[in-house]
Amino acid sequence: MYFLRRILFAIPLLLVISVLAFVLVHLAPGGPFDSERKPASPEIERNIKAKYHLDEPIWKQYGRYLGDLLHGDFGVSLKYRNHSVNDIIAQGLPVSMLLGGLAFCFATAVGVPLGFFTAARRGRWPDYLGSFFAVLAVCIPSFVVAPALILIFAMKLKWFPVALWSTPWHMVLPSIALGSYFVGKVARIMREGMLTAAQSEFVTAARAKGLGETALLLKHAFPIALLPVVSYSGPMLADLLTGSFIIENIFQIPGIGVFLVNSSLNRDYTVVVGLSLLYAMLLIALNLAVDFAYTWLDPRVKYE
Amino acid sequence: MRFSGRARWIFPLARFFFFAAALALAAGCSRHEPPADLTIINNVEPESLDPAIIVAQADMRVVSGLFEGLTRLEPVAARAVPGLAESWDISPDGKIYTFHLRTNLLWSTGEPITSADVVYSWIRALDPKTASRYAGQLYYLKNAEEFNTGKITNAALVGVSAPDKFTVRAELKSPTAFFLDLCAFPTLAVVPRQAIEKYGDHWLMAKQLPVSGAFQLAAWRLNDKIRLKKNLRYWDATNTQSEIIDILPVGSPNTALNLYERGQVDIVWDKELIPSELMDVLLQRADFHSFTYLGTYFFRFNVTHKPFDDPRVRKALALAVDKERIVEKITKAGEVITGHLVPAGTRNYTPPAGLGYDPVLARKLLAEAGYPGGKGFPRFEYLFNAAAGGGGKIHENVAIELQQMWRDELGISMELRQVETQVFWGMQSRLDYQLSRSSWIGDYNDANTFLGMFVTGDGNNETGWSNPHYDELVHAANEETDLTRREKLFQQAETILVHDELPIVPLYIYVGINYFDTNKVLGIWENVLDDHPLRSIRKIKAKL
Repeated sequence: MYFLRRILFAIPLLLVISVLAFVLVHLAPGGPFDSERKPASPEIERNIKAKYHLDEPIWKQYGRYLGDLLHGDFGVSLKYRNHSVNDIIAQGLPVSMLLGGLAFCFATAVGVPLGFFTAARRGRWPDYLGSFFAVLAVCIPSFVVAPALILIFAMKLKWFPVALWSTPWHMVLPSIALGSYFVGKVARIMREGMLTAAQSEFVTAARAKGLGETALLLKHAFPIALLPVVSYSGPMLADLLTGSFIIENIFQIPGIGVFLVNSSLNRDYTVVVGLSLLYAMLLIALNLAVDFAYTWLDPRVKYE
Repeated sequence: MRFSGRARWIFPLARFFFFAAALALAAGCSRHEPPADLTIINNVEPESLDPAIIVAQADMRVVSGLFEGLTRLEPVAARAVPGLAESWDISPDGKIYTFHLRTNLLWSTGEPITSADVVYSWIRALDPKTASRYAGQLYYLKNAEEFNTGKITNAALVGVSAPDKFTVRAELKSPTAFFLDLCAFPTLAVVPRQAIEKYGDHWLMAKQLPVSGAFQLAAWRLNDKIRLKKNLRYWDATNTQSEIIDILPVGSPNTALNLYERGQVDIVWDKELIPSELMDVLLQRADFHSFTYLGTYFFRFNVTHKPFDDPRVRKALALAVDKERIVEKITKAGEVITGHLVPAGTRNYTPPAGLGYDPVLARKLLAEAGYPGGKGFPRFEYLFNAAAGGGGKIHENVAIELQQMWRDELGISMELRQVETQVFWGMQSRLDYQLSRSSWIGDYNDANTFLGMFVTGDGNNETGWSNPHYDELVHAANEETDLTRREKLFQQAETILVHDELPIVPLYIYVGINYFDTNKVLGIWENVLDDHPLRSIRKIKAKL
């Protein structure tokens, strides 16, 4: 019931987002067809606007947009006039999702053990070393990590390609560059979770029963410590799956992240609104999935 | 043990992610494509591949390989030579062109290309419903402008017709010296009616796309690659040098350079794709080629407001600019400074000298205009846009340099204002500025592509400047069939523009830059249009 209600609530939320995105992007100065080369006659400008209904009042344009949207049609891109927004999403989203998924795997596969390890060795040098790396990973932005990786592993050592997207080899460096920030983030959250869990009563009780320290941490503290990581993974996945402008740009990856940024610079109205909605839907869906995962992991959590 | 029981879900979940990733990787591997003979980086993803829609030079380089016009540009000097038309006759008054098509023309899908296809293509580009931004390239035809702007609706009245299957008759408004060059321009290229009428705006996505040019469109993935395959039915297919060409859309100069250095691409051909910090070093290398072409960097005055309504003020500002400093300190790619708008090297034309660097005269003129030593000169603003790519910083640095020169030489102070590119164009055309950075790349090799802009009321004038004598001279030049007399008229017009009135101040002539190894790639020549037909380019196969 609870989840059904959440899904129903998402519909008006998406409507509000679409109105906001639509109005805001139309309000921004400059339009999609402004360019250095002015057409030979003002009529040409009018022809173009008429073709894309930009000459109509904005409420009418929105109504038309909403009507198309209900049929699953996000409209045509005003910048890439041969492509529909559906096209752009269909071509770009799988790529961004694969890249984001790989970065997610990298972030959790490295971050969770790192957090666990530093918490288990709390206050000793492995803790300081691990935590130092975790902080470093959070602090260095991806536009520094990516070129550094390219310089070392692609240009100097020639282990990986410098850019483009076709074989698994092409995916390694961008996944690491995109995931490194989240490695640090996940490790820190995991460490905090472990420390909190280790102090909770049921762990003390288990220790009193004479359970070994390793079993204690692995079987009792670990699942509870994982909960904050799980709740963080929702927004993290939404962030990763919708692509990264910087990483996609540096590695020349045909994902959706580049469009998310460029479309607003280009005033490509339909793409801006379409991708905003897509991002909103992903965020809602992933948050829902996280809440769902919560009930599985922690039976104390119940949604009414 | 309850928690660990629930926690077991983590492991299947992790396993699921692992296998999903592995599967995706496998899917990534399975995309088998034969390697291309030639890989080119051509700047960002094209806006379109429809010849009637595109406006960017980079897009035209690709589209010219797919669709050809009555003429085509030859690769060495980019002159218009017979394309789909084998020959033509021009009436003595220069107004009627009769083109004779080759009789062996076929679409890549096998149907014959006839004169009706040419008429269809031109009328389509003019049709208001096509919404072509470059429809103006056809306004030289009789009634074309009227049809495009909706004043007449009967397409039959437009000055293009097909008297028989292999003849195209074009009737012009006035003799147009560069009409044959225009026939090679993408807007006038011949496009497939059969596909356009069937698929509408998505015609380029047709599985079997009929093309009239040297290459077929084998694949087009957004921001990934465009793959071109030799069109065997092209009339000149025997001279097409490469079988498969990949065009990569790359906007980041560093990425382009990295890909080139690792041997992933053979050619990078856009001046914006050189990291500007490395410009001086890279230009020393043998595989980096720079050459002047038909493009001018300048700035505009809004002459409708004080104090720039006074030509003496505009002249004073122009004379106080040390252009050498701009090309040596900022652009650094070997640009040539200029006092005139039309670049030297434009066909049938030698531009007049324009103004040089003379701060003494500048101060004198400013004093004459009522601002001795810059006293009482209002603060003013210089508008420029935030551009992407390797040249991104250039607009800003030029603005800073100008600001300093005018403060030091004339004692006047200027503020800088940077706006988003899409906002900039609108402000410029609304005359919502005082001074604004500008540039122009010639569409065809003729002085008119530059001088035609500043005629009263032209959409690209954007200065508010109007001079009846200038208008008359440009108009008379375009009516003139004698090339020497035409040149004289254009020179007089340009003298008014860059010596007497100065609604604009030209700064330097652009250089084109491309990089490729001349020992590995053949068929690219440096020319003033920076145009390099794909059909002529070939990579020398490495010996095994």
